[in-house]
Amino acid sequence: MYSEKVMDHFSNPRNMGEVPDANAVGQVGNPKCGDIMKMTMKIENGVIQDVKFKTFGCGAAVATSSMATELVKGKTIEEALQLTNAAVAEALDGLPPQKLHCSVLAEEAIKAALSDYYTRQGIDPVPIVGAGCDGCCDSCCSHH
Amino acid sequence: MSRFVYADHAATTALSDTALNAMLPYLKEEYGNPSSLYRFAGRAKAALEQARADVAACLNAKPEEIYFTSGGTESDNWALRGVAELRGKKGKHIITSAIEHHAVLHTAQYLEKQGFEVTYLPVDAQGRVSPADVEAALRPDTILVSIMAANNEIGTIQPIGEIGAIARRAGVLFHTDAVQAVGHIPVDVEAWNVDLLSLSGHKFHGPKGVGVLYMRKPLRLPPLIHGGGQEKGRRSGTENVAGAVGLAAALKEAAAGLETEAPRLCALRDRLIDGLLQIPKSRLTGPRDGRLPGSASFVFECIEGESILLRLDNAGICSSSGSACSSASLDPSHVLLAIGLPHEIAHGSVRLTLGRENTDADVDYLLETVPKVVAGLREMSPLWEG
Repeated sequence: MYSEKVMDHFSNPRNMGEVPDANAVGQVGNPKCGDIMKMTMKIENGVIQDVKFKTFGCGAAVATSSMATELVKGKTIEEALQLTNAAVAEALDGLPPQKLHCSVLAEEAIKAALSDYYTRQGIDPVPIVGAGCDGCCDSCCSHH
Repeated sequence: MSRFVYADHAATTALSDTALNAMLPYLKEEYGNPSSLYRFAGRAKAALEQARADVAACLNAKPEEIYFTSGGTESDNWALRGVAELRGKKGKHIITSAIEHHAVLHTAQYLEKQGFEVTYLPVDAQGRVSPADVEAALRPDTILVSIMAANNEIGTIQPIGEIGAIARRAGVLFHTDAVQAVGHIPVDVEAWNVDLLSLSGHKFHGPKGVGVLYMRKPLRLPPLIHGGGQEKGRRSGTENVAGAVGLAAALKEAAAGLETEAPRLCALRDRLIDGLLQIPKSRLTGPRDGRLPGSASFVFECIEGESILLRLDNAGICSSSGSACSSASLDPSHVLLAIGLPHEIAHGSVRLTLGRENTDADVDYLLETVPKVVAGLREMSPLWEG
């Protein structure tokens, strides 16, 4: 059901844990829905120097979190904001249709962390990052 | 190299050598169509009828009350839709439970769309249906009670005999989906007071694609499948002779071994349950006693069932989960919600079902591996506080 790449990232997740001196923290999802992703980042000079994730969720949720951290690590905030759920899914050689929302959640988790970063700088994140979602809206869940 | 431990016997079981050897002639040289008149086909017909008699003997039924089907799902569909068609003019009310298999639940929902009214009885925290609730739900227009004999997800064995007696006194037909029970606990259609009973071959080391609907005489449900009039005109289609022979051989074998195998499995299961309940924030789903011999089912807080299943698979262990993510639906299993688990806890469910080939060494390996997998996933979980 899952690609080898998904299973690899699920079985050997990259960047799992929490960045100790994080200055950007984002969490999306809801335990009732069955998945939560938490991203912690250390951003310096507009570059994501370090990023780690913690995830409660299925195999695809873990794999998309892991892949999303790899895709944004060392990138500038502007580059990270370009990350799409499709890019995460593609980097994993695809996801089963009912698991695509997990890649949405990964994108939202990255954006939530970047929003938090701007908020901490006293900058309104909404015009830059967008309103974001908690990763558990009905439209998303209906894709299950 | 890691071990391979198959711990998903409630999903399916390996075909036994006895069943395979019984089937082989009917897959090869004895390929005659039982409906043909020549002697060659007569041998296939005789094997089919012997299989029917053997199945009947294992259930304390009569051979003419045994109808071969394509499996448990067809048997459940036939029982519910057949009674609805037969008795629909008399009444439109059906009683079942909230924890039935989808073969019953989705058929009941289909019948609701056809104008029937269905009462889905709740269960207690152990997954038990109360016979008093069945009695209280009966109405003058109730035509069928359908309660599963044992639950596939949490192993709960229902008080079928009591429920059957209540239905019998009320003159209401009683069906039980005994797919998980047959071959694993004693099944007696007389003691259970059932009118209809579904079973499936591959749950007790028989072949897939063959099942039985027991129908108490003189009840005659209209057919679900029309055609050449096989199975006394009740279930058309050229008979799956090898399947029926294999099912019967497997059932005889399971019934004969039940007295020794059930206590052996109960001991393995209890050791597994005791060991895994040492894991913090874990709980057993379903009852401690009064559950199927091989069935152990758990929830582990702060982690998700599909992840547990996949990590166990990496360690060579076959298990199953009622989490939303391991199915195609949004919600975790209806059974886990019906026993009152909150969504967030029901997501962390794992079912380990032991069977004939499992040994003490397998349980040792499960006891060694499951806690590691749970701890590893908790380390990754933002909900786990350590």
